[in-house]
Amino acid sequence: MNPNEKIRKATTHISQNEGLIFEKSSPGKKAYRLPPLDVPAVDPDELLGGQARESLGEMPEVSEIEIIRHYTRISTWNYAVDHGMYPLGSCTMKYNARVNEYVARLMGLAEAHPYQPERISQGALRILKMLSEQLIEITGMDAITLQPAAGAHGELTGILMVRAYLESRGNPRKKILIPDSAHGTNPATAAMSGYTVENLKSNSAGMVDIASLEAQVNEDVAALMLTNPNTLGVFEQEIHKIADVLHAKGALLYMDGANMNALVGKVRPGDFGADVMHLNLHKTFSTPHGGGGPGSGPVACKKMLEPFLPAPVVIQKQDGTLGFDYNRPKSIGRVRMFYGNFGMHVRALAYIMANGPDGLRQTTEDAVLNANYIRKKLEGIYDLPYTTPTMHEVVFSDRRQVGKGVRTGDIAKRLIDYGFHPYTVSFPLVVPGALMIEPTESESKEELDQFIDAMKAIAQEAEENPEIIADAPYNTRISRLDEVGAARKPVLRWKPQREVVAK
Amino acid sequence: MRYLPKSQSDRELMLHEIGAKSIDDLFDAIPAEYRLKGDLNIPRQYAESEIVEFFRQRAANSAQGYATFLGAGAYSHYRPVVIDALISRGEFFTAYTPYQPEIAQGTLQSIFEFQTMICELTGMDVANASMYDGSTGAAEALMMAARITGKSKGAVALTVHPEYREVITTYTRYQGMPISTFGYAKNGRIDLDTLDMAVDEETAGVLIQSPNFFGTIEDVAAIADIVHSKGALLIVSIAEAVSLGIVKPPAEADIVSLEAQSFGVPLGFGGPYCGVMATRDRLVRQMPGRLVGETRDRNGKRGFVLTLSTREQHIRREKATSNICTNQGLVALMCGIFMSVYGREGLKELATQNLAKAHYAAEQFKKAGATLLFEGAPRFNEFVIQTKNDPYTINDHLLGKQIIGGFPLKKFYSELNNAALWCCTETTTKASIDAAAKEVAL
Repeated sequence: MNPNEKIRKATTHISQNEGLIFEKSSPGKKAYRLPPLDVPAVDPDELLGGQARESLGEMPEVSEIEIIRHYTRISTWNYAVDHGMYPLGSCTMKYNARVNEYVARLMGLAEAHPYQPERISQGALRILKMLSEQLIEITGMDAITLQPAAGAHGELTGILMVRAYLESRGNPRKKILIPDSAHGTNPATAAMSGYTVENLKSNSAGMVDIASLEAQVNEDVAALMLTNPNTLGVFEQEIHKIADVLHAKGALLYMDGANMNALVGKVRPGDFGADVMHLNLHKTFSTPHGGGGPGSGPVACKKMLEPFLPAPVVIQKQDGTLGFDYNRPKSIGRVRMFYGNFGMHVRALAYIMANGPDGLRQTTEDAVLNANYIRKKLEGIYDLPYTTPTMHEVVFSDRRQVGKGVRTGDIAKRLIDYGFHPYTVSFPLVVPGALMIEPTESESKEELDQFIDAMKAIAQEAEENPEIIADAPYNTRISRLDEVGAARKPVLRWKPQREVVAK
Repeated sequence: MRYLPKSQSDRELMLHEIGAKSIDDLFDAIPAEYRLKGDLNIPRQYAESEIVEFFRQRAANSAQGYATFLGAGAYSHYRPVVIDALISRGEFFTAYTPYQPEIAQGTLQSIFEFQTMICELTGMDVANASMYDGSTGAAEALMMAARITGKSKGAVALTVHPEYREVITTYTRYQGMPISTFGYAKNGRIDLDTLDMAVDEETAGVLIQSPNFFGTIEDVAAIADIVHSKGALLIVSIAEAVSLGIVKPPAEADIVSLEAQSFGVPLGFGGPYCGVMATRDRLVRQMPGRLVGETRDRNGKRGFVLTLSTREQHIRREKATSNICTNQGLVALMCGIFMSVYGREGLKELATQNLAKAHYAAEQFKKAGATLLFEGAPRFNEFVIQTKNDPYTINDHLLGKQIIGGFPLKKFYSELNNAALWCCTETTTKASIDAAAKEVAL
C-alpha cells in the first residue's frame, strides 16, 4: 500500500544535502575582513610571553556564501512553528510575532551595555519596570523579579525565596511536596535548594487528592510545587482548599506557571492562593523557543516574600529617574549576572502591548477552545484516561493502539509523515503511553482539522496496517536514528579523518 | 487580535461541535469566585506601528552612538550581518528543543558543530549545547566537581567576576558546599600562596577566571599543579571568549566554563548570553546540560540526536545533574555562525587587534599621567588604571564627549580606590582612546 495515500498537509520536495562546516573548510578561505589597525601593531608573543596561542586547530576556514548556504540548507531540515502546528504539550509553541524581533534589535536596546550609567539607560529600565508591573497585574501578585533565565531557573529562585522566608521565621523545614504529574524540573529544583522531595498522588480525576495532602502536610513541609492547570491540562478545582491546607500548617504554595497560557486574563494565581510562581516568557508570552532557548523565567510573589527577591530590583528614585536597588539585605542573592534575559523582556512586553487586555483574554479562550475541539474530535479514537474538563492541553493514551504493537512514540513518528510536529511523547508519567497535545491559540480551524484527520488516519493504520507505523517516518531526510548506539559510544564532536586527508 | 487565526463564526462552529453553549462553559472548572469579572488593568491593544514607535522612544532614551570602554563580563564586538540574517530564519528561531531528530537535524547539526568548535578553542574533549550564561555555568561547574570527587568544598579566586561569585554563593548555599576565596598578587595574578592555603584535602573544585576580572592572564599550568596536587579539580572560567583567538587554551583544566557572548551576541543590556561548559571525556557523565551526539539512521546515514539524557531532569528528576532544561540554543547558533565567519585565521587576527588596541590605550593612559595597575603579567583586552580623581567624575566628563569610560572597581573591590577597569576591542578607535587619555589625566 502507498504510505502517502492519506497525507494531505505535506509533500516531499528536494532538500539540499550538506556536510559539516568543517568538511567545507580549506586554508585561505575567508568570510571576514577587519578594518586596518589604527594603532601600532603588536607582537603577541612578546606581549603575552609564554601565554600566546600557537594554532586554532580545526576551526573552519570558509567564505561568506558558503556560510549562508550551509546554515540555510540545514535550517530547511527543521520543522518549526512557522511551518505549522507544533502541538508539543507543556511547551506552548505559539506564533512568534515578527515585530517583537524587530524592536528587540533596535540600537539603544540591543547595544546597551549592562554597566552603562543608569542615566543613559532610562529607556531600558523603563521596559523592565513596565513589564514587571504588567506581569504583576496578570498574575495577581505583589512583586516580581525578571532575573531568572528560564523556567527551571525561576523555580530555583522561587524555592530559594520560600526557604529564605521560612528561615527568617525560624525553620526552613525539610520537604517539598510534588505531585506525580509534575515536570522533572520540579523535583530537580527542590534537590538543588536543599530539600527532599515527597511525592503526592493524584486522585482519579487527575487532581491533587485533598485527603492525601492533608495527611502529608506537616511542620516539615516547606511548600507544594503545583502546576495549574496541571500537566493533564486539568484545572485544580479545589485550588484554594489546597492553599488553605498548606497555609494552615505554615507551608507555602509554589505555582509552576508553565501552563499559564490557559489562565491569562481569565483568572489570576494571586487571587486563588498561590504565594509564589514563575512564568515562562518563551511559552505564554511568545518569546521564541530558538531550538532550545533562550527562555526567561520571571518569578512573581506575594508581599511577604518580596524582601527575599534576587538583587538588584528596579526602583524609581527620588528624582523620578529609574535605577537599580542593590541594598536588599534579606535577598537570596543573585541567580544570574546582570538583570536577566533582557532581550526576552523586550519581546514579552511587545507581545502584551499587541494584545491588550481583550486580546490576552481572547488568546486564552482560543487556546482552551482548540484543545477542547481536538479532544472532542479524537475522543473515542484514542483513549482518554481522564475525563475531567480540559483546559489548554489534552492528554490521550495509546491504550487502544498498543494491542497492535503501536505505541505513542510510533504514532508520533508517523505524524511527522503527515506534516506535523509530534505532541509530547510519554509525559506526564501518570499516564502510561501518553500523547500530550497542546495546540495553542495560534492554530486555525483548518489546521486543527488537518491535524485531527491525520490522527484519525494513523489510528486507522494502527488497526489495519500497524507495521506501516512501526517504520515511520518515511518522508524525512533520515529515518529513525540509533539513539541507543549514540549513548553507548558517544561521539560528541567532529574529528578530522587523517587517513582520508592523506589520500 | 491580529495574531489569532479564527473568525467569530469559526469559534461558534467549534463551540457547537464541542457541545458548549458559550466559551464560558469551557472555563467552568475554575471556581466562579476566582474568575476575573472585568479586564486586566493593562494598556489597550497597540497597533504594530505604535509598538515600533514606543520601543524606538525607549531606545532613544538609552545610550546610542557612544564609544564605550566598558567590558567587565560583557564585550562590545562587531557582529557580522550574516548572524541575524541566518538566525532570523523561522526554521531556527521558531523551533524548539530537538526532541524529534528526524525533523530537527538543522538544530542538531548546528549544535554538534558548536560543540566541536568550543572543544577546539578550549582544548577540552567535550562541550555541551549551552548553559544560561557564564555565571550560572561557573556555579554548576563547582557542583559538578563535587559530584565527581565526592568532596564537599569549593575555592574561588577573588579575581573571578564578582557577579559570578554572587551567583555561586546563591547556588551552593544549600548544597552543603562551603566556598573559600583566595586573593591576588601585585601583578594581578592569583597569589599562589593564598591559593595553597585555600585548598585542602576536602576541596572538590577550584575556580579561577582567565583572563581574570582585571584582564590579567593567569598561569593556568602553575595553578593546575597546585590544585591537582591536592586532589581537586581545576575549573577555568572564561568571560571574554575572543581571548581564545590568541591566548593559550586552558588545557590543564578539568572543566572550562565559558561565556561566549563575545562571539556575536548583542550586549542587550545583559542578556540573553551563552554559557557553555566543556570538560574531559571521562567526566562527561557528570556534566549538566544537553548534549548532541552523532549516530546513524536505519539506512546507515549520518545523523544527530540528543544523547546521554539519563543525566537530565526529565529522566532522573531529583537525582539529575542539574534542574536545567531550556538552554540558550539560538544564542549558541549565533556563536557558531560568528566562529564560522572568523574561523581559524580570523579569530587570531581579531584577538590580535583587541590586544593591540588595549596595549596602545594602556600606554597612552600611562603617558597622560595615570597609573597602570597590575603590571608584570600579560593582559588581553582589559587593564586597570588608577587616577588622581574619582573614576565616576572622570566618566561624567567623558559622557559629555559621547564616551562611556571604564568600570569603577570600588563597587566590588574597596581596596582599589580610584581604579577603573578599561576595555578596548576591535571597535575601539584610536581617536576615542586619545580623547579618553586626556580626561583620565585630569
